[in-house]
Amino acid sequence: MRLSRREALILAAGGALMGFLPRGASAATVDEAMAAFAEGAALGEGGVEISAPEIAENGNSVPVEVFAPGAVAIAVFADGNPSPGVAKFHFGPLAGESRASTRIRLAKTQNVVALAKMADGAVVAARREVKVTIGGCGG
Amino acid sequence: MAESKPRVKAPKTAKPGEVVTIKTLISHEMESGQRKDSKTGELIPRKIINRFEATFEGQEILTVDIDPAVSANPYFEFSAKVERSGTFKFKWVDDDGSVYETENAITVG
Amino acid sequence: MGRKALSLIAAAAFAIAAGAASADEDAELVVEGQEIVTKLESPEGNPLPVILSGWRFREDATQALQTDDFENPSFLEIDAARELWTKVEGKAGKSCADCHGDVEETMKGVRAHMPKWNEKAGEVWSLENYVNDCRVNRMEADAWTWEKNPMIGMTALIGLQSRGMPMEVDVSGPAEEWFERGKEMYYTRFGQLELACANCHEDHWGDMIRADHLSQGQVNGFPTYRLRNTKLVSLHDRFKGCIRDTRGETFSPGSAEFRALELYVAWRGQGLGIETPSVRQ
Repeated sequence: MRLSRREALILAAGGALMGFLPRGASAATVDEAMAAFAEGAALGEGGVEISAPEIAENGNSVPVEVFAPGAVAIAVFADGNPSPGVAKFHFGPLAGESRASTRIRLAKTQNVVALAKMADGAVVAARREVKVTIGGCGG
Repeated sequence: MAESKPRVKAPKTAKPGEVVTIKTLISHEMESGQRKDSKTGELIPRKIINRFEATFEGQEILTVDIDPAVSANPYFEFSAKVERSGTFKFKWVDDDGSVYETENAITVG
Repeated sequence: MGRKALSLIAAAAFAIAAGAASADEDAELVVEGQEIVTKLESPEGNPLPVILSGWRFREDATQALQTDDFENPSFLEIDAARELWTKVEGKAGKSCADCHGDVEETMKGVRAHMPKWNEKAGEVWSLENYVNDCRVNRMEADAWTWEKNPMIGMTALIGLQSRGMPMEVDVSGPAEEWFERGKEMYYTRFGQLELACANCHEDHWGDMIRADHLSQGQVNGFPTYRLRNTKLVSLHDRFKGCIRDTRGETFSPGSAEFRALELYVAWRGQGLGIETPSVRQ
């Protein structure tokens, strides 16, 4: 994921703002949701991978895998869904590696974003676009 | 489907220190809370599996906080490092308070 | 063939223009180590130049779901049906297993010959008819709704026992009249859009209808897990959806019309491997 300076600033500001909100307040936008997970950490690049099909035949079930060596947690967001949160994976001491797969709903073509939190609190991000096709046959 | 039923695929044997792959699936409609009833026009209340936990002999492997964007019949694949024989426990928590659990034994040696 | 080849090229060109990756029509289906026939030469009399399973028209991720019985979510419903197989229901105090024993033994091959002529009823029966006949007359239990669970799960469980076997329906003798009726339906235009089955599935398979990659409408994978519905869907329910998409008044699941159509469409795919439970978009 490449963050422009401006985006990074917005994220950082979002993170600061989230600090004042009561815990558990629902995050309305993807930026706010990401900032809440990052807990003020600047978003780095590299060290987290997202695997997903380039084109999903049906947005109801899109296979997604996230992998971040050494991460204690990975959060997945979908920036074009009505609500951006997808899942947060917390890896315990017996996790073989910090990797998980699931199937997700994507309302339309959009970015899937993964944020991985390392043991020292550093956060890295990756983003991947998934095109969701609109079928001709609703039957 | 009335009652949620889990399915788990995990090896029954492994070598000490081996990393094994675990796949889990549970039947659940994952009603997102975003859909409207086509007849009444009213919003269908959210009812999802909101949490999944995988442990081995009481120690955490993976915990997932789940949002409505996870597909119906939630599927998770992950790995665990096993040093000794024991039991994997898997737990799914429903919005309505129901808890679905299952377990798989593994022999390590 | 020439026209078909051209239309395929046109479809491919359109797909590239739209930025959509087409499915891998050359991939071979192997489910849990078992090869399943998804492509075969068309026998004489079959109007298709080549017979292709719907699996070949799907994207890689959808195709992959069908190759592993754990990843295929159909098995949640099949597991539920397996429990019902041995469950006593009805006044006669019987379960399916009381007469039929082990489903894996006794139901082998059954699905491959469905639908078929039933002498006693004087009709062509689908698998669902046989299940309900058992329930009502032998178990003295309530009939199941055709296109809902538990019927879909049960027909999937029974169908699974024929997986990999070639589809082989008998359209001779008294079934011939039903076959002809089904054939007539296949070429009859329905609805405000005036579309016959053949307009999409014979004239335009391989083309894109918006973002849908049109298949030949083969029935060898039903009941099928549709990602759109995130559950198993019965064949007659799919027929209904197709006709509704033409903006037409549709027939009911289980109707004689749909059973005739089922027989005819099954014949169009004679020799394809049974894929039940397949996975589609």
